[in-house]
Amino acid sequence: MALKMVKGSIDRMFDKNLQDLVRGIRNHKEDEAKYISQCIDEIKQELKQDNIAVKANAVCKLTYLQMLGYDISWAAFNIIEVMSASKFTFKRIGYLAASQSFHEGTDVIMLTTNQIRKDLSSPSQYDTGVALTGLSCFVTPDLARDLANDIMTLMSHTKPYIRKKAVLIMYKVFLKYPESLRPAFPRLKEKLEDPDPGVQSAAVNVICELARRNPKNYLSLAPLFFKLMTSSTNNWVLIKIIKLFGALTPLEPRLGKKLIEPLTNLIHSTSAMSLLYECVNTVIAVLISLSSGMPNHSASIQLCVQKLRILIEDSDQNLKYLGLLAMSKILKTHPKSVQSHKDLILQCLDDKDESIRLRALDLLYGMVSKKNLMEIVKKLMTHVDKAEGTTYRDELLTKIIDICSQSNYQYITNFEWYISILVELTRLEGTRHGHLIAAQMLDVAIRVKAIRKFAVSQMSALLDSAHLLASSTQRNGICEVLYAAAWICGEFSEHLQEPHHTLEAMLRPKVTTLPGHIQAVYVQNVVKLYANILQQKEQAGEAEGAQAVTQLMVDRLPQFVQSADLEVQERASCILQLVKHIQKLQAKDVPVAEEVSTLFAGELNPVAPKAQKKVPVPEGLDLDAWINEPLSDSESEDERPRAVFHEEEQRRPKHRPSEADEEELARRREARKQEQANNPFYIKSSPSPQKRYQDAPGVEHIPVVQIDLSVPLKVPGLPMSDQYVKLEEERRHRQKLEKDKRRKKRKEKEKKGKRRHSSLPTESDEDIAPAQQVDIVTEEMPENALPSDEDDKDPNDPYRALDIDLDKPLADSEKLPIQKHRNAETSKSPEKDVPVVEKKSKKPKKKEKKHKEKERDKEKKKQKEKKAEDLD
Amino acid sequence: MQFMLLFSRQGKLRLQKWYVPLSDKEKKKITRELVQTVLARKPKMCSFLEWRDLKIVYKRYASLYFCCAIEDQDNELITLEIIHRYVELLDKYFGSVCELDIIFNFEKAYFILDEFLLGGEVQETSKKNVLKAIEQADLLQEPWMHSVLRE
Repeated sequence: MALKMVKGSIDRMFDKNLQDLVRGIRNHKEDEAKYISQCIDEIKQELKQDNIAVKANAVCKLTYLQMLGYDISWAAFNIIEVMSASKFTFKRIGYLAASQSFHEGTDVIMLTTNQIRKDLSSPSQYDTGVALTGLSCFVTPDLARDLANDIMTLMSHTKPYIRKKAVLIMYKVFLKYPESLRPAFPRLKEKLEDPDPGVQSAAVNVICELARRNPKNYLSLAPLFFKLMTSSTNNWVLIKIIKLFGALTPLEPRLGKKLIEPLTNLIHSTSAMSLLYECVNTVIAVLISLSSGMPNHSASIQLCVQKLRILIEDSDQNLKYLGLLAMSKILKTHPKSVQSHKDLILQCLDDKDESIRLRALDLLYGMVSKKNLMEIVKKLMTHVDKAEGTTYRDELLTKIIDICSQSNYQYITNFEWYISILVELTRLEGTRHGHLIAAQMLDVAIRVKAIRKFAVSQMSALLDSAHLLASSTQRNGICEVLYAAAWICGEFSEHLQEPHHTLEAMLRPKVTTLPGHIQAVYVQNVVKLYANILQQKEQAGEAEGAQAVTQLMVDRLPQFVQSADLEVQERASCILQLVKHIQKLQAKDVPVAEEVSTLFAGELNPVAPKAQKKVPVPEGLDLDAWINEPLSDSESEDERPRAVFHEEEQRRPKHRPSEADEEELARRREARKQEQANNPFYIKSSPSPQKRYQDAPGVEHIPVVQIDLSVPLKVPGLPMSDQYVKLEEERRHRQKLEKDKRRKKRKEKEKKGKRRHSSLPTESDEDIAPAQQVDIVTEEMPENALPSDEDDKDPNDPYRALDIDLDKPLADSEKLPIQKHRNAETSKSPEKDVPVVEKKSKKPKKKEKKHKEKERDKEKKKQKEKKAEDLD
Repeated sequence: MQFMLLFSRQGKLRLQKWYVPLSDKEKKKITRELVQTVLARKPKMCSFLEWRDLKIVYKRYASLYFCCAIEDQDNELITLEIIHRYVELLDKYFGSVCELDIIFNFEKAYFILDEFLLGGEVQETSKKNVLKAIEQADLLQEPWMHSVLRE
């Protein structure tokens, strides 16, 4: 026996301890994985030993390995064993390992409950301390519920060390077990006035965090905190309190008013940047929530802005960043105060640090006005040139477009300038926002009639340029612009100076390298151009010219017919046939231009996105009446799985007989529904067609929601195309009259902008701001639609669960579950009765039982261990 | 604070402390991404960045990056202070601390952190008190060999 002991201890002497492990790993850099798996085997051996010190050593090494990324969840039970060691050293290691690796999914975490409870009531404060620290990392709802009472009592412990920890851990407990908040709260409040500053600041911390999430419950504490704020000199505490006030002020405007003074004092007096920053932030929050009628607020805002300016001017990058961040908050509500610092912000755009530049960009967004837009964009363009090949450039591009297209182009006074900016942007290579630019061009060209001529001339220049075609392989690349260019040239071809030239440019062989959707647009617009040219030639009587053009088309279209893209092929082949037909007609000298032009008669106007829904049902139209005879074999056809043609399958069941024989209808409907339910490929239609079923006479057995069908259809202000055009014209006229006066003043300022010389004579038309989109303001929704606010809240959000009213007195049912002391030696049955009486709901009862069983097991094990040790 | 990571210039993790419950896989993923992002920053850039929906505050001391993740409303400057305070504590404890100290005595680094922060909040603002608590706890620890031989 003795020999075995000696041998055992000698073996143990050769165990690696942590230092050896680390050194070993560092030495084995090449075969680290192998070495580590070796070590893990050794550790497993060590864990099988009875010696607690050896186990602790092993667990310590495991913790290190866990940090390196290795999974140690298999050792969870061993960790708990080490946690239960009586010596502080080992206990500490056990808890550390637990806090690193335990999480809610660890099954054995239940076993820790009793151990932790023992440690919490241990005479040594360090045992308690280490238990509390460890627990805070892996507390689960069960643990929280079971231990809440113990921790609460610890809040009134004699040692401030313990009190402090207990207070802080209560926050975690609250998050996991919200029912503990109400019983614990009075004690927490007491701690705010604890003599020990550490405990006090801990209490402040916890209440601040709680109050931030659910401020209305903590308003009653405001006076107490106010007192603390004015009396405390500890910056850390002050910052927390000020943050808390920031959260409370939106609810209590009087509080805000009272706060402004002490906060401004603090701002003036403090030298700590962090405190200053927090104060400024809170002042902003306060002022945002207060009504803007108060006169002295502008002084406070000015003060804030001043201080922020100092921050931004500081050479420390961090301060700059924060200054800009805070400025953007002020910008939302007081844009005027910020605008005077525009120069500073533009300077920040030149900063080397990308994050600062991005912040400055954000600020710019709110600072543009009609006057400075051009200046700012000019500056941004120079940046765009400098920032080659970075994501920053893409950012810039999107920002430029955002800024310019803000609120329906509110700030653009000169659209020619804008189009030229867009064209310049196309010179950027390697950007992924080609479609943005394209969209903008289209938008402007369509909406602003007056600019069309200029736009068209620019676009035809673009179509000529070779470099755009070169980048055609990139998705969403700059070549997207050609999409817009082609469409604009085609649609507004009457403005083209040299349509023939443009036509040739669009039919070049290189065009076939462009992406399919762009080619499709090309093909379509080539025809529009062609129509236009034909018109011109015939009017001028140049029959030969007309035939030459047709021949050109016949020559070049076949290259599109061979395209791999389906759309292009289709369009090209249709058009080719058409052109060939025209050729034949032309050979017979028949004037065809008129007819060809009628292909493209009528103007396309932008339509509001909700227009389709808002179309009113004309009088006398009954949407529920059957239109056609139903197809008798519709059911069998539906069964064929044709995944591609879902729409058609869906439509067939809707075919209805013109005669509404009620029984037959009902029967057919049932059969159809049955069949639809069985068909796996049938896409269930949206509720609306079912609503129509509902309204058909006498069908009550169909369990569909009773919704009035006619809801989305009654509407003011319809965006039907014709009326839009009329409104546009009216508005333009009005604006023109207004702007005539202003234009004269602004002519000088506009010379700064980037405009081509050729565009000068056309200025008169363009100062008309584009018309507002005739969009319907009210959003029609079906009657039973709930407002969508409640969807945003996550039902599992722990903070929401903490939204508890604290002022009501504590009911009996809300007391924390207390573990009664039980004797392990007495028989088990009376214990079962005792918890039954106490518990309120079934679940904790079951868990209690399970938990008690586990405790018993553990106790037995421990007793066995102790016995084993005694024997040795 | 949601979590704190310490890693070297080569991207090796030296310390990780998580104050929110996350699964191992998520932790690894976050660590990997964050290490990459922070290491990619140039020296002159500011210490704050936005990542997912959190704010990241980081500072480099010699060859170690101290990186903390805080929530949107938290004050970044105070987090920088927290990082600095922690480094001061380590310095005081180890006496002119270097990365090797943290590598070999990582459990002590954890203990110090646990005395300073609990649940993501500052536990004790006085440097002196934190150090005193650690020293006293150390006294309770016995040297390894004794305990091994005694059992």
